[in-house]
Amino acid sequence: MPTVSVKRDLLFEALGQKYTDEEFDELCFEFGLELDEITSEKEILIREQGGEKAEGASDVVLYKIDVPANRYDLLCLEGLVRGLQVFKEKLEAPRYKRVSPADGGEPQRLVITEETASVRPHAVAAVLRNITFTQERYESFIELQEKLHQNICRKRTLVAIGTHDLDTISGPFTYTAKPPGEIRFKPLSQSREYTAAELMSLYKTDSHLRHYLHIIENEPLYPIIYDSNGIVLSMPPIINGDHSKISLNTKNIFIECTATDLTKAKITLDMVVTMFSVYCDEPFTVEEAEVVYPDGRLSVYPELAYRTETLSGDFINKRVGINESAESIAQLLTRMCLRSEVSGEGDLIQVEIPPTRADVIHACDIMEDAAIAYGFNNIVRSTPRTYTVANQLPVNKLTELLRQDLTAAGFTEALTFALCSEEDIADKLRKNITETRAVHISNPKTADFQVARTSLLPGLLKTIAANRKMPLPLKLFEISDVVLKDETKDVGARNNRRLCAVYYNKSPGFEVIHGLLDRVMQLLDVKPGRNQGYHIQAAEDSTFFPGRCAEIFSCGKSIGHLGVLHPDVISRFELTMPCSAIDIDIEPFL
Amino acid sequence: VSPSERKASPKVDGGTDSQDVAADLGVDHQVIVGAVKSLQALGEVISAEQKSSRHWELTGEGREIAEQGSHEARVFNAIPDEGLPQNQLMKMPSGKVGFSKAMSNKWIRLDKAHEGGPRVFKTVEAIEDTVRDKLQLVQKGQSAKLEDKEKNELKKRKLLSEVTVKSYWITKGSSFSTTITKQETELTPEMIASGSWKEKKFKPYNFEAMGVAPDCGHLHPLMKVRTQFRQIFLEMGFTEMPTNNFIESSFWNFDSLFQPQQHPARDQHDTFFISDPALAHEFPQDYLERVKKVHSEGGYGSQGYKYDWKIEEAQKNLLRTHTTAVSARMLYKLAQQEKFTPVKYFSIDRVFRNETLDATHLAEFHQIEGVVADYGLTLGNLMGILHQFFTKLGITKLRFKPAYNPYTEPSMEVFSYHEGLKKWVEVGNSGVFRPEMLLPMGLPEGVSVIAWGLSLERYVDTHT
Repeated sequence: MPTVSVKRDLLFEALGQKYTDEEFDELCFEFGLELDEITSEKEILIREQGGEKAEGASDVVLYKIDVPANRYDLLCLEGLVRGLQVFKEKLEAPRYKRVSPADGGEPQRLVITEETASVRPHAVAAVLRNITFTQERYESFIELQEKLHQNICRKRTLVAIGTHDLDTISGPFTYTAKPPGEIRFKPLSQSREYTAAELMSLYKTDSHLRHYLHIIENEPLYPIIYDSNGIVLSMPPIINGDHSKISLNTKNIFIECTATDLTKAKITLDMVVTMFSVYCDEPFTVEEAEVVYPDGRLSVYPELAYRTETLSGDFINKRVGINESAESIAQLLTRMCLRSEVSGEGDLIQVEIPPTRADVIHACDIMEDAAIAYGFNNIVRSTPRTYTVANQLPVNKLTELLRQDLTAAGFTEALTFALCSEEDIADKLRKNITETRAVHISNPKTADFQVARTSLLPGLLKTIAANRKMPLPLKLFEISDVVLKDETKDVGARNNRRLCAVYYNKSPGFEVIHGLLDRVMQLLDVKPGRNQGYHIQAAEDSTFFPGRCAEIFSCGKSIGHLGVLHPDVISRFELTMPCSAIDIDIEPFL
Repeated sequence: VSPSERKASPKVDGGTDSQDVAADLGVDHQVIVGAVKSLQALGEVISAEQKSSRHWELTGEGREIAEQGSHEARVFNAIPDEGLPQNQLMKMPSGKVGFSKAMSNKWIRLDKAHEGGPRVFKTVEAIEDTVRDKLQLVQKGQSAKLEDKEKNELKKRKLLSEVTVKSYWITKGSSFSTTITKQETELTPEMIASGSWKEKKFKPYNFEAMGVAPDCGHLHPLMKVRTQFRQIFLEMGFTEMPTNNFIESSFWNFDSLFQPQQHPARDQHDTFFISDPALAHEFPQDYLERVKKVHSEGGYGSQGYKYDWKIEEAQKNLLRTHTTAVSARMLYKLAQQEKFTPVKYFSIDRVFRNETLDATHLAEFHQIEGVVADYGLTLGNLMGILHQFFTKLGITKLRFKPAYNPYTEPSMEVFSYHEGLKKWVEVGNSGVFRPEMLLPMGLPEGVSVIAWGLSLERYVDTHT
């Protein structure tokens, strides 16, 4: 969930009202936001870097507000204030308008060449005219781009935004892709020109930019945007040129978004322009720009598309569980920036979805907004009349019964991880990893999670190792799932419910574990015997001490092993005493 | 009554000290201590209060001096009137120490120039052996007659040492008697058979002591809470889902839930992907096509996500990140029934996230999930059922916050008022499954599916 940091006093000024922290927290809760933290730059510095570094830092109170991941329109102060003001009915949602250049001139044009196809094929653009920045507005503008980059743009992989002082460059602009050696320009905040190849090594150590290098690093061609004089606007998705950088004094802004996902590029551009057109001389207007594709097609951006959905008041009432008139529902929706009107035919409501609400893709999204505006906590809670009979999953029912009886037999239940290292299920048990049928994880962060366990034994032995100080004997069990490769399954693997128990003492206690097997079989109503019953017979298994291992058969089918563990197994789990164990599959008893 | 027990019985009503008893009876103090303890075990015959006192005692060397005289006196007494050659004197056991002490006391003198070698002579007629006298006083228990300075000097010479003695102040107990009956510790079968228990007195039990731990096993505390949740679902008529499949395909874990392929949860940083077996192979083909379409183009009244949906992404195997993958399989199965029947499903099982373990992060935890599918279910129904569910856990104050989740709309975070922490804490997530998830499965239009989930570990952390 993205977190937006705003200055409290600035926020209240923009909202035209002061709140106590509790009141604001309550407002957030109702609207689906979360006031996550109240802090200041100084506090943050003290916490992150210690008191010395924080000296002289600002004490201005900051609200850190968690915003739902799909609400890109709330990622900056401007958007938050607009959303809350409309919600509180203090403001009518603005109408965003795309306009042609004022003087009747040609729109700015961005020409895409076919070379971009292999690396980053899409681009959209727009112009903000006669904008007035202040320090705060400027910072918010930069911050919004960063938030969008981190969220909808998926760390610039899907979309990268470039903003430029239009008065320093001249169109038409060309979006192309070139070999890194042929790209040369002075990037933002550097004092000289670099080739693209040099830049990539320069930014290897840049704490911020190094995260984006991988996106194009191994591409033969890098994306690049030039103006008509060959000046570099940007090398997306890495860095802008220094020449066209914006400042507090910038009046006219050229915005380009290059992308691998055109839908997300359009949304991103719409967000930037809808949020900041409020500071244009003609608020909420955005000057169009043309994008020409390699095949000659021409598109005009930003889309700023309004869409109308028609739904009935009855639909909302039935889905939410309220009973409101169509008019009142239309009013609720309007408070969520979804301008709505009752159309006159029955209880049909016309809902207009603005370009800021890209998250509304279905009538159910509109229904949710009605419920939020109504207040989730004002909805009457009622019990559905759905009549059903409960059933337990047989394997879980059996597990529950056996667990109870194993504790009654004096064994204590352990709960161990289903993931472990290869070593745990192979080397430490004196097995070869290839014979374990283990499922392997491709991207574990630590060696503790290389495979899904194929046996419950390593977990129990680790539990004993962690409890060596407890008085002997230690008697532990677990009934849980292991995972085995199985080609007959759609995913190629299946779980297997197993029962494992260990006895750890100064003497091996084979008879204790054997006694436990007898008790379990008694509970499962399987009598001792060769054919219809159960029996054990000597077996060799590398995990067990030679001559001290038996295979367990029930109704003629092998279900597992019991025996005294091999001394090497004991020492590999950092244990010192003899130990006996039983490991059986309980699924045959279902 | 053994002799020492009788001895330990106080002779005077006001009480007596066990040390004095030992001195009076001329026995070792330890014998009296033993007697006191065995009398105490009989109940209230006597009462004995432990106290400690410090007193002076002779060291081994001190006792020797008390008997044979100080080294210097022994040296003095060994010298005849005609004197003694120094080397001969030094051979005496007390020679060295006695010689220098006697010299400093000016009892003797050394004639170094004497013919035949240095010779020692008495200088006084008689001496008073004060060291021996003082030590004898201490030996008689009259150390109080000595001054502190004198005692410290003797201590320095390692003739005296100060010791702490633990003794008892003994007084008559509430059931004091000069004859005592031996108390029995436990009732025996013989006593019951013979009836002798009627005549016996029994040693009182110490009810302050802890009992002996029973010889039994225990269930894991987290699993006990799992059983409790399971019981609640069963009481509410929910059927358990088969969640015994930790390995899941991206298709069921994400795509079927209308979670787009670029969603951050599908990132390597958040989800454990499987390298072997890397890909899932079997999918219901026409359903897969409908899922692909709703993601990339929309449909069922949805705009869709409008991106290039790839089967390769959907095939990737992973460790399921939520049990909702199983709910999706179950709802798909339900949709294949000839005629829809309402269902209530639940599961409590492990889910996995690619985390590094620390105090607040687990790579696997138990997700508790409840799902209800029926015609005409409302958001109010979801809140009502959540209210019933949490009431069974003793949580009655709930409120709901709008939230975002890719596969539910509306989505609500569930908060409960925590009486201990005096604040609202999040206890779970809930919502109504999106039509883009349900309709491609083939469920009828009017059917709503409401669901909620919480983490067993988190619940145990905050509520138990």
